[in-house]
Amino acid sequence: MKRSGVDLLVGLFVLLGFGALVFLALRAGNMSSAVGLGPTYETTARFDNIGGLKPRAAVRSAGVVVGRVSAIRFDDKAYQAEVVLALDQRYRFPKDSSVKILTSGLLGEQYIGLEPGGDPELLAAGDRITMTQSAVVLESLIGQFLYGRASEEGGK
Amino acid sequence: MRTLLLPLQWLVEFVGSVGKGARFFVHLCWLAVAALRRPRLVIDQIHFIGNYSLSIILVSGLLIGFVLGLQGYYTLRRYGSEEALGVLVTLSLVRELGPVVTALLFAGRAGTSLTAEVGLMKAGEQIDAMEMMAVDPVARVLAPRFAAAVFSMPLLAALFSALGVLGGYLVGVAMIGIDAGAFWSQMQAGVDWLDDVGNGVAKSVVFGFTVAFVALYVGFNAQPTPEGVARATTTTVVAASLAILGLDFVMTALMFSAN
Repeated sequence: MKRSGVDLLVGLFVLLGFGALVFLALRAGNMSSAVGLGPTYETTARFDNIGGLKPRAAVRSAGVVVGRVSAIRFDDKAYQAEVVLALDQRYRFPKDSSVKILTSGLLGEQYIGLEPGGDPELLAAGDRITMTQSAVVLESLIGQFLYGRASEEGGK
Repeated sequence: MRTLLLPLQWLVEFVGSVGKGARFFVHLCWLAVAALRRPRLVIDQIHFIGNYSLSIILVSGLLIGFVLGLQGYYTLRRYGSEEALGVLVTLSLVRELGPVVTALLFAGRAGTSLTAEVGLMKAGEQIDAMEMMAVDPVARVLAPRFAAAVFSMPLLAALFSALGVLGGYLVGVAMIGIDAGAFWSQMQAGVDWLDDVGNGVAKSVVFGFTVAFVALYVGFNAQPTPEGVARATTTTVVAASLAILGLDFVMTALMFSAN
């Protein structure tokens, strides 16, 4: 086979293969949403219990992804979890916004829900969000329910 | 006394052959990097190894995608989750079936042809002739084939997975009628590009090394007779297939159990 013929076929093969890889990563996988946030600014928030929150979990406001969790640390002075949120620079939130840890669906992955407050001053990079609500822990809920029932019965 | 020493002798021989194989592997890897300086050789080999495998890989990928789509649909329908077909097909392909089935087909198609070619070169005394001319046969003949096989495997596995996803789409959406939006959106939400696609690519690279090493080692050490070559090709397929499946288990345990 001629030199140029072989080169052409091999080149085609390599291009097809890389094309398949790109297709798998972008169209079949979540690379475009995981990496495509653009420039972000970081804010922190402290929680008593983060439940099953993982790094790279979504930060949603009104259901739309506005950022990602970039790091989760433990603060051993306040004995709380410190979560670093990387928020998209296009969206600015008031300083008194609140964050909650919510679950998508009934037993799905946990994400952070960001609700805007009413403060005219906006969050800047490095600020801390003070109003936080920890994740719902199923065991505590069950414990609360049983305790409530027991005290009800006991009072009769 | 003699018979007592036999198992010990076998053990020593076995460890010795493991060492010989390991030395060969390292030598091949080292020379394969050097072989990249002669791209003509490597490109020719990519043509023989990669391009000629395309027909079987592409068609198999498509057909396996069809089957996954059908079987997945029948099972998911019982739980009312037909819309998860996209995730099911893609995760099965990208994590496991893509790398493993491609590697098995690759071992059967390219592995045997590599072994036969090298074995016949040895039988025809071409290897000895090269050594007489002070040309290192490992560098000239084996290393480009090694580099080409390691390079082609991940590409073939990606093509297999991509066509399988397409096959699942054709069966699920075009033929059965599942909602296309749900198919793709659940897939994009459920397949992670690093943890799933990335791990699949890593697996296929490891399988490429395995198949190439087994094929070339068995071919290079085959008996230089027609029977020897025939037995060598059988050994290649069997050994490479078992190695692939064993390594797949180990890698899956390493990569996917962390969650």
